[in-house]
Amino acid sequence: MSTPILEVVDLIKHFPLATGLLGRAGSAVRAVDGVSFAVQERETLGIVGESGCGKSTTARLLMQLIVPTSGAIRYQGQTVGTKALPLKEFRRQVQMVFQDSYASLNPRLTVEDSIAFAPTVHGVSGDQAVRKARALLDRVGLEPARFAGRYPHELSGGQRQRVNIARALAVEPRVLLLDEAVSALDKSVEAQVLNLLLDLKDEMGLTYLFISHDLEVVRFMSTQVLVMYLGRIAEVGPTEALYTASRHPYTTALLGSLLSMDPDNRRTQAPLAGDPPNPIDPPPGCRFHTRCAYAEPVCSTREPDLGGVGLAHAAACHMAHPGTGHSRAAGRVA
Amino acid sequence: MTKDKILRVEQLSVTFTGGTKPVRAVDNVDLDVARGEVLALLGESGSGKSVTLRSILRLHNEKRTRIDGRIIADGTDVTLLDGDALSRFRGKTVSMVFQEPMLALDPVYTVGRQINEAIRRHESVSQDTARTRALHLFERVRIPSPERRLDSYPHEMSGGMRQRAMIALALACSPKVLLADEPTTALDATVQVQILLLLRDLQRELGLSMIFVTHDIGVAVEVADRVAVMYAGRIVELGPVRDVLRTPRHPYTVGLLSTRAHGGRLSGNRLPTIPGSPPDLTNLPAGCAFAPRCSSVTESCRTKAPEARAVGAGHTVRCILQHPTVGPK
Ligand SMILES: Nc1ncnc2c1ncn2[C@@H]1O[C@H](COP(=O)(O)OP(=O)(O)OP(=O)(O)O)[C@@H](O)[C@H]1O
Ligand SMILES: Nc1ncnc2c1ncn2[C@@H]1O[C@H](COP(=O)(O)OP(=O)(O)OP(=O)(O)O)[C@@H](O)[C@H]1O
Ligand code: SF4
Ligand SMILES: [Mg+2]
Ligand SMILES: [Mg+2]
Repeated sequence: MSTPILEVVDLIKHFPLATGLLGRAGSAVRAVDGVSFAVQERETLGIVGESGCGKSTTARLLMQLIVPTSGAIRYQGQTVGTKALPLKEFRRQVQMVFQDSYASLNPRLTVEDSIAFAPTVHGVSGDQAVRKARALLDRVGLEPARFAGRYPHELSGGQRQRVNIARALAVEPRVLLLDEAVSALDKSVEAQVLNLLLDLKDEMGLTYLFISHDLEVVRFMSTQVLVMYLGRIAEVGPTEALYTASRHPYTTALLGSLLSMDPDNRRTQAPLAGDPPNPIDPPPGCRFHTRCAYAEPVCSTREPDLGGVGLAHAAACHMAHPGTGHSRAAGRVA
Repeated sequence: MTKDKILRVEQLSVTFTGGTKPVRAVDNVDLDVARGEVLALLGESGSGKSVTLRSILRLHNEKRTRIDGRIIADGTDVTLLDGDALSRFRGKTVSMVFQEPMLALDPVYTVGRQINEAIRRHESVSQDTARTRALHLFERVRIPSPERRLDSYPHEMSGGMRQRAMIALALACSPKVLLADEPTTALDATVQVQILLLLRDLQRELGLSMIFVTHDIGVAVEVADRVAVMYAGRIVELGPVRDVLRTPRHPYTVGLLSTRAHGGRLSGNRLPTIPGSPPDLTNLPAGCAFAPRCSSVTESCRTKAPEARAVGAGHTVRCILQHPTVGPK
């Protein structure tokens, strides 16, 4: 395979806890705890997983907004911040749309100025940047004549999120990280924005990392999907393989959380019992064993490898691999 | 009948007058919620759902906003409240879970402290009692390691945890009505189901009434007794959740129900959308606001805005069509 456009090797981010009260000295929130993956150009990698499992932290690490505890991040084979790839250049190539649409817009800038700002930093003339900002507003479905001069607080949540998408596109990036970028949109606008993202991808050859908790939307958008659990990868694979033949019980539970769409048969049970464990002191062995219906003694003592279960498909569960000592361990995988 | 309505919104209109042209965000909205009832408010982005909720708590800048109509909550006319009475009302009678957690939570205080203060603002209890109650709330909304999380700052929490902290904050003073603005939008699928079940339990146990804003009909189906669909500041359809889901009558509702991405829809295909975009709220069309996008539009739709018309028990629609011309698949 060619060099991946984005590659992450054994990425770790621990947030140290302030000591005192309950925090023991030296303890930390293990938000991302040994994550490796690669994204090929023009692919869309969907990232899903329980709230707090480290999706946004992974995205912020990729964007170099926070410093990893350890691990490497490479863009087109280069390490960010070196002579070959200065941070400023990387920031132009890789853009992010954040989960919190309000917090990520400057309240004192009009929508148009917010979008035009970054291109001017990268050397585009003011006039040209404004023209481009208006064209982008139009593309995300916000008529420039109506919206260009508004301030963030004068927009609805969904309108603000579209401004964020336009702003990220303004510098013509190669890679776009979308962190819950469409979750504030209603379904009809969401469909428009998703179609737009697909068009832009074709036109501009973009690569997406698409973080979302909407499993239907992830399935629709992604070529590959990565499932995280408590700072680690539980399963990764081609979208359809993962959705139709998941090999990790957490993935299966997650896929089982679809809503009923039937007022007479509402859901009465959550698909997963129990609470997510504490990321400061994650369970030994398989991190999922405290909530897994198939857990056996080996699961609480030995950590499963993220091993191959099919073409580009890997799962970190003892059941998926032969010889692990789990009674349901699979036979040899072809 | 009006006795057991804990909340009544009558002929509410909200116009923002701060900009160059007035923006009519909410236009003659009538809504009511009975004790223990959950009403879901569904609709296009920008249709006025959040503005409606914010009006109920009087959160708009009143110098730059014109508000007409009446809002009666638990027997009080909200439009007449001011000063102390207004702050007692907020949080205690009606409280709100905001669409963006960062707007409601103060970044410089721990979430535990914010809940403590909310409790102590309304009730004279000791710090310790307040803390115990805050802890209990955190347990209820299933925040893992609740004791430690009380001492977290909002930025130290993940998006989903912040959302749960905000639900806890909103419930701190045992309100009678909870206005929930997309409370599960930021949550992953497994937690979303947990929170929906939690809100349903709370609603049953505490007899809580709720207006629940969502753009996901699937979520509305899980929690709501009735659904109201908004378009361009108006309620275009209102009815029991079953009826609206199974026999939607307004062409906008029909469109909205069919745009939901689902099942084996192959990736790479395009999703169905409702063509066109919502109208300019500074310059609303004379007739039905959906007319420019509607495939069943007739001449009379463009001249006069349709009145709400009953099409079933408790099911009303603002559309002149007698029968839906297109049904969802
Ligand atoms: N600045 C920080 N300081 C301490 N802990 C943090 C910080 N940022 C994130 N965390 C913790 O790291 C973990 C992962 O958080 P992250 O925001 O990456 O989750 P997420 O998967 O994006 O969740 P969600 O779906 O709820 O947005 C959580 O336990 C969170 O509380
Ligand atoms: N302060 C303001 N000044 C001018 N216009 C405003 C103001 N606040 C909101 N609006 C406009 O009022 C309309 C309704 O906004 P509202 O936030 O209620 O939408 P919403 O239905 O909640 O949408 P979403 O689903 O995107 O959150 C929007 O078109 C918005 O641009
Ligand atoms: S390794 Fe064991 S505990 Fe972990 S998911 Fe597999 S069966 Fe469950
Ligand atoms: Mg997140
Ligand atoms: Mg809103």
